[in-house]
Amino acid sequence: MTEPQAGPDFVQLLDPQGNRVENSDFSYSGSDSDLADALRDLVLTRRIDSEATALQRKGELGLWPPSLGQEAAQVGSARAFSKHDIIVPSYREHGVAWCVGIDPVDMLSTFRGTGMTDWASRPDNFHPYSFVIGTQTLHAVGMAMAQQRDGVVGNQNPEDSGATIVYFGDGATSQGDVNEAFIFAASFAAPVVFFCQNNQYAISEPTTVQSRIPIYRRAAGFGFPGIRVDGNDLLAVQVVTDWAMDYARKGNGPVLIEAYTFRMGAHTTSDDPTKYRNDTELEAWQAKDPIERLRTYLLRVGAIDQTWLDALAVESDQLAERLRTGCVNLPEPRLADYFEQVYAETPEALLDQRDQHLAYEASFLEPR
Amino acid sequence: MTTLTVAKALNAGLRRALAAEPKALLYGEDIGKLGGVFRVTEGLQAEFGPDRVVDSPLAESGLLGTAVGLAARGYRPVVEIQFDGFVYPAFDQLVSQVSRLRFRTAGRISLPLVLRIPYGGGIGAIEHHSESPEAYFAHTPGLKVVTCATPEDAYWMIQQAIADDDPVVFLEPKRRYHDKGEVDIEQQSASTSLYSARIVKPGSHATLIAYGPMVRTCVEAALVAADEGIDLEVIDLRSLSPLDEATIIASVKRTGRAVVVHEAVRTLGMGAEIAARIQEHCLYDLEAPVLRVTGYDLPYPPSRVEEGYLPDLDRILDAVDRSLNG
Repeated sequence: MTEPQAGPDFVQLLDPQGNRVENSDFSYSGSDSDLADALRDLVLTRRIDSEATALQRKGELGLWPPSLGQEAAQVGSARAFSKHDIIVPSYREHGVAWCVGIDPVDMLSTFRGTGMTDWASRPDNFHPYSFVIGTQTLHAVGMAMAQQRDGVVGNQNPEDSGATIVYFGDGATSQGDVNEAFIFAASFAAPVVFFCQNNQYAISEPTTVQSRIPIYRRAAGFGFPGIRVDGNDLLAVQVVTDWAMDYARKGNGPVLIEAYTFRMGAHTTSDDPTKYRNDTELEAWQAKDPIERLRTYLLRVGAIDQTWLDALAVESDQLAERLRTGCVNLPEPRLADYFEQVYAETPEALLDQRDQHLAYEASFLEPR
Repeated sequence: MTTLTVAKALNAGLRRALAAEPKALLYGEDIGKLGGVFRVTEGLQAEFGPDRVVDSPLAESGLLGTAVGLAARGYRPVVEIQFDGFVYPAFDQLVSQVSRLRFRTAGRISLPLVLRIPYGGGIGAIEHHSESPEAYFAHTPGLKVVTCATPEDAYWMIQQAIADDDPVVFLEPKRRYHDKGEVDIEQQSASTSLYSARIVKPGSHATLIAYGPMVRTCVEAALVAADEGIDLEVIDLRSLSPLDEATIIASVKRTGRAVVVHEAVRTLGMGAEIAARIQEHCLYDLEAPVLRVTGYDLPYPPSRVEEGYLPDLDRILDAVDRSLNG
């Protein structure tokens, strides 16, 4: 497939060189100061990611799935949320998590193995990360069905309405669950936005293994709108997600957004992308970097200056330091505590197993 | 003799099967250019081409369901599931279709397919990457379930599984992928049946029964016990379905004591079945109850506590003590 160009089937409002692009259907109505806020989130998201990757390399994390390169798709979409919305991530949405106020140190616990997905700072409208590919799309449709029943869809005052957004990748679009989610959402006109980050690779497999047509065009076959956006353009992602969420909140049913982006890092820190993709491809995408283009634009229009960037660099360093310290100080879990986490009421036999475990552990402390 | 790791032995076994059997093909996610996330299929696509080593779309149910079609038409698909925890989307195909087509057609259709699954914990992984789902498969009539513990077995058993006319779930102990051992790759064919258990270490005081990743742990426990004058027999089951009952029974009749060890949760795990068979056949030979050392009945916990969750040398020896004093 050839690379898409700005136009009706590829919404782009800020080109890789940092120039604003006209689009007949969409325009960005926010201020440059809003965009400076967004740039801060992009930069800090990237820092969280690079710090976590470094922590994994030092052996402090078991694994980390990098979000490098996908910051605009994540932060841009997160800027379209309103208070009644429900957010359902996959496992790479660190930028979305950051934007809804999740403490990144909490996120590290999952990847350090000190916890499951029990993040104290996770708001109730942000579902835990899912690691089984595509499974969360069905959960999201169910949550959207709950919103229909809760009376938060199609209200006269848009402030009183909400929708669900679910994140998944190009690889996930092959899963039965995702296709079933499309069918259920269409059948019930569920207020759900399917936000597909097409980062071009499912581990080693290029998107062409999953789909012979652009992913957004699949929506037509299921009977709802699909739209493709430059996933490295924060303005376009935000505006298109705004439109889609609004469409769903009003009760019009689902929308599929394909955010066309690139996973600049590895699938996870266990992966070696040099085995399946070349430098030319990586360099071409580096030239389309989501952060660089927004920084260039904001500097050019004078919304930010070097002093602003220096202050952000300091904030970024402080965040990184907090992550490093926070990571190694994450409380060590006790196996015994997990026995009462399986059921609402723990069966006797399971409590017996816990007690056997505790007695066994204690036997090492007693003099033999 | 050649020294190989379990992963390399599987690779060599797959290569030999692909060369010997033109209908065999490897089928899975990331198995081609990448060579699989554990590199078990490394280099095979370059050698045999993309029609024999096929990168599939990312959908386990689709993968296994289409493998049913290929197998029904005479191919011998070897499907790779990337991690144990990702096999469940394919569960319907496995339990409702793969296991039954022979039965439903009175044998007119056989499904000579192999489902390779890296399984088990102990590698510090996140959720869904450390599961031991073997009991689900062994509980399903029509499926054969085998698992290798050494490079030698990895090399031969994968070839035997591919040659079998029935569907075989082939479980690979992922934390033992890098264990090394001697393999005689010049040998014509396997010297042991795919479905027989092996006495890895003979002994007389008690029998340790294990499979896959726990075989090495049990052998290590037996060596420690030997220093204390306790002579343990260690059985590697190799096949979980069918189960080589004769080897288990003969051993327990001699030793009078049995401890079954597996990573999978306790309730209705392989240990339950083995304990039942032992009491059916050896009740009057038993000197102590059959004991189980297993994972606890929890979803697999975070990796920082997996050491306490998984059976280890100490927990096995503790059970041996209880058996000997029981």
